[in-house]
Amino acid sequence: MFPIPIQKRPLINRISYKILVPVSLFIWLIPLIGIMLTSIRGLGDITAGNYWGIPSEFLLFSNIKDVFQNTPMLSYIINSFKITIPTVIGAVAISCMTGFALASYKFKANLFIFFTFIAGNFVPFQILMIPVRDLTFQMGLYDTVTGLVLFHVAFQTGFCTLFMRNFIKALPNELFEAARIDGTSEFNIFLKIVVPLTRPAIAALSVLIFTFIWNDFFWATVLIQGQHAMPITAGLKSLNGQWVTVYHLLSAGSIIAAVPPVIMFFLMQKHFIAGLTLGASKG
Amino acid sequence: MPDSTQITYRKSSWWKLNQQRLTPWIFLFPGLLLFLVYVIWPIFNSLYISLLQWDGLSPAIYVGLSNYIELLDDEYFYISLMNNLKWLILFMLAVPIGLGLAIFLNQTIFGIRLIKSLFFFPFVISQVVIGIIFSWFYNPRGVIGPFLDKLGLSNYAILADENFATYGIIFAGIYPQIAYCMILYLTGLNNLNTDQIEAGRMDGAKGFSLFKNIILPQLKPATFLAIVVTVIGSLRSFDMVAIMTQGGPYGSTNVLAYYMFETALSEYGYRMGYGSAIAAVLFTIMMFYILFFIYRMYQSEKKGL
Repeated sequence: MFPIPIQKRPLINRISYKILVPVSLFIWLIPLIGIMLTSIRGLGDITAGNYWGIPSEFLLFSNIKDVFQNTPMLSYIINSFKITIPTVIGAVAISCMTGFALASYKFKANLFIFFTFIAGNFVPFQILMIPVRDLTFQMGLYDTVTGLVLFHVAFQTGFCTLFMRNFIKALPNELFEAARIDGTSEFNIFLKIVVPLTRPAIAALSVLIFTFIWNDFFWATVLIQGQHAMPITAGLKSLNGQWVTVYHLLSAGSIIAAVPPVIMFFLMQKHFIAGLTLGASKG
Repeated sequence: MPDSTQITYRKSSWWKLNQQRLTPWIFLFPGLLLFLVYVIWPIFNSLYISLLQWDGLSPAIYVGLSNYIELLDDEYFYISLMNNLKWLILFMLAVPIGLGLAIFLNQTIFGIRLIKSLFFFPFVISQVVIGIIFSWFYNPRGVIGPFLDKLGLSNYAILADENFATYGIIFAGIYPQIAYCMILYLTGLNNLNTDQIEAGRMDGAKGFSLFKNIILPQLKPATFLAIVVTVIGSLRSFDMVAIMTQGGPYGSTNVLAYYMFETALSEYGYRMGYGSAIAAVLFTIMMFYILFFIYRMYQSEKKGL
């Protein structure tokens, strides 16, 4: 263990540690606590400058109701789901295949293709922006959910392939060999052996990609224009412009936007962290 | 009749013979196709567009390197480049701070798992939300107002101060990045080799020397990944700038990522060629890191094989 477990330290250290942890957590979360407090407040508190005191009214639900009634928030959320879920399914399905191909077959271009996927994944978005926007225009998919999903799937394939390939590579190769000797076809090896064994990796990738895509702002700005297809990140930004001073509604909207990835994170925490720390423990 | 069975037999045997060779390509096909169309081809296309004068609608004119030559005299380009550098250097602080937090929290007391999750929280939330939170945090008539009054800085708005606005945004941007580095190091600390640490302690290594000589070398993979994601995070500063200042005041908070977007796709004009030239510069900077990362991966692949 590093550092030395606090239990082996003198009493005074143990007590101060137990005080220090919640205090530092509170300081760390001040920005988030601030926004939660504000989302409860009414307009009266905001104009009176009561930001940190006890809210004079508890209006969280009425603020949320206001947001839904007076803004297209509901349609933004639905769009976010319409963009995020197909992207997760598409990117994970495709990368199961590419990951399998790159992990279990030896051929000349293998490493080259693998490194191409990795390199592409790190490229700055701006170098893709104009051609991708043009391409989406030409396909008649500009300002549609489909156009955005297609791009997201393609781009996420880079990261997902890296992840899947390393995961499948770590599976014992004897499994595949034994199946081949038994005469199992390559497709059945994929469907009956690889896919069931990669379930943890599929779960980890799904939560990660869900969060990445849900939180995407740049591509939503570049490929979407109208409210009808706009996800919540871009929607919030447009509300931010409209409501310069209506902080209580803006913070209620922000909280609504944050809820799905936060739930996802807490439900699938282990998978989420396993996905993010890929390679942090091994070479 | 016998002829046709002959053919199917031959067909299947051809497939049998080549199955091993062809299967990977069949599996690669959809992913590779999408990736080539949406990622690889656009890179080269952008590099080509950077040689054009083009508003996206009327016919493009080939102008050679003149977009790049114009960049050399563009004040805003240099401001953006300098800001990218500030982002990069200050973002690096997320690595040691994340390490410090991870060491601080690597204990087993009651509720520690929940506490670690709550520390990680900012990373899960969209940068748009983080940006909104902080811009209203900084607003002198917002949350921070009462504190500013006490400090005698009434009505000071950091995001409106051209000398400090960038630091205000970086501070907001580094907040989730620290959480990411922390989680990388927590995983690293979890996988430490206990024997080595005990042996080190037996030899009298303590405190900082134990940390420097035994712990830090074992955390190398976590450090490597933390640096890689932090560098990339610092160059992808678009969201924060777009939400908090849109490059202002007077372009003082622009970064290459945002300046490119502004040049190519905003009311300031649709200068696709010039925008692409900015993107090409950003891409070239990033390429150094990508090649470094790939080289590292290639080395470990060779070891693994």
